[in-house]
Amino acid sequence: MSSSAALSTGPSPAPRYVEDVIRVAVILTMFWGIAAFTVGVVIAAQLVWPQLSFDSEYITFGRLRPLHTSAAVFAFGGTALIGTAFHVVQRTCRARLFGGAPLGWFVLLGYQFFIVIAATGYLLGITQSKEYAEPEWYADLWLTVVWVAYLIAYLGTVLKREEPHIYVANWFYLAFIITIAMLHIVNNLAMPVSIVGTKSYGAWSGVQDAMIQWWYGHNAVGFFLTAAFLGMMYYYIPKAANRPVYSYRLSIVHFWSLVFMYIWAGPHHLHYTSLPDWAQTLGMVFSVMLWMPSWGGMINGLMTLSGAWDKLRTDPGLRFSVTAVGFYGMSTFEGPVMSIKAVNSLSHYTDWTIGHVHSGALGWVAFIVFGTMYYLVPKMWNRPAMWSTRLIGWHYWIATIGIVLYITAMWVSGIMQGLMWRAYDELGFLQYSFVETVAAMKPFYAIRLLGGVFFLTGGLIMAYNMWRTIRGEPVAAAARPRPALAA
Amino acid sequence: MNFETVNELLTSIWTVWAVLIFAGIAFWAWRPANRKRFEEDAQIPLNDEG
Repeated sequence: MSSSAALSTGPSPAPRYVEDVIRVAVILTMFWGIAAFTVGVVIAAQLVWPQLSFDSEYITFGRLRPLHTSAAVFAFGGTALIGTAFHVVQRTCRARLFGGAPLGWFVLLGYQFFIVIAATGYLLGITQSKEYAEPEWYADLWLTVVWVAYLIAYLGTVLKREEPHIYVANWFYLAFIITIAMLHIVNNLAMPVSIVGTKSYGAWSGVQDAMIQWWYGHNAVGFFLTAAFLGMMYYYIPKAANRPVYSYRLSIVHFWSLVFMYIWAGPHHLHYTSLPDWAQTLGMVFSVMLWMPSWGGMINGLMTLSGAWDKLRTDPGLRFSVTAVGFYGMSTFEGPVMSIKAVNSLSHYTDWTIGHVHSGALGWVAFIVFGTMYYLVPKMWNRPAMWSTRLIGWHYWIATIGIVLYITAMWVSGIMQGLMWRAYDELGFLQYSFVETVAAMKPFYAIRLLGGVFFLTGGLIMAYNMWRTIRGEPVAAAARPRPALAA
Repeated sequence: MNFETVNELLTSIWTVWAVLIFAGIAFWAWRPANRKRFEEDAQIPLNDEG
């Protein structure tokens, strides 16, 4: 692997920090990103052309779909979070990672092992059938061990910090690590049928099982996909813009309001089910209240650039991060709207949900990771800049067009689907059969596939740019940004 | 007043004490006396050479 040479030769600006783990995490993040986007494109194509599963049980939509979601959320997002958490905590605490490189390697590589045993299990049909918690008991136990090690490394570093104050990004990362530990353990309590078998039975049943699953599921969104990446925002946007966060005090209120409210929002996944009405209403009310921290955080992220908006023109990496914050504001506006029972009765179980998830996953999570990586790669390998700034610009626009195609297709498809399901004719019969709704969605599935292909293409451009940067080639003259030439 | 009654009381008014704690945090964050220290804390990432 060409990177191994770069790993040993890359002179580190601060040798007292553990950085090789972060470098490998950066490369693995890119790898899992491409994998997740590729599987996403494959299953989007299967929805347009079902024959693409070739009658093989191993690559049916049902098995590839959790592979896609886990690769995107846990492999791509999770690896990015482990790498950046170790970077942020060491830098803002001015302390070497607790447990040093060995503990760092254990967390990173142990987590990769979890991903591999979980993912291969999906293809073989091994699943708990809980959304975003599909891995069976043996993978869950292993992840628990890794996660506790992650907590020890992180918390240990915070405890031995030289900086008196714990910078707010660390609060977000720490809330993520602790909450995910709690959610993971409670939702996955299960009894294996046999110590040598893969099958287990969950501890929960009936409506309690559903509620615990969505308490887990929604807080995976709240603390994995939101809080943790906000930690990323609160460190890397100030670094890339070279300005402190707009309001540190707002960031404190942002943090605590998020923590106080998110944990109650899960029941909105179970509107109009056998979950008691009061619990559904509670979930809806807390979801709507989440508008406050969401928009407080968005304003804080965006306003950090006030007085430095020109940087968006010259630094397309920062443009990714700032657009991500915009998508964060947009998708966390849409989410509470969808949690309102009247809206949910139209949107639930339709493609609208898929579109909403992807405006968050592609627009917020992936974009903030891209922005962070474009900042982190030159720093970690001690290069003056990414190999090609122009290619970052290409990545930005191709990926943005991809997202827009994706979410607009899903909005139209989902609302149409919801309206068709509830349409009655003059005699009171359902107007459409289910298969008619499926046929009506086909064109939008094709548009979604196109959006996914765009997003994947952007990811491949990024991987190429990253590879050239890490190999240490001189910055491409033709691709140098205009201001650099002027200067 | 045994443990169960206290527990029941605190559980039934959890929204009240959650709001009180949150109000305390907000007061601490926005208190004018703390303005300077938070402005300094915001500089933590930028004080680092990397």
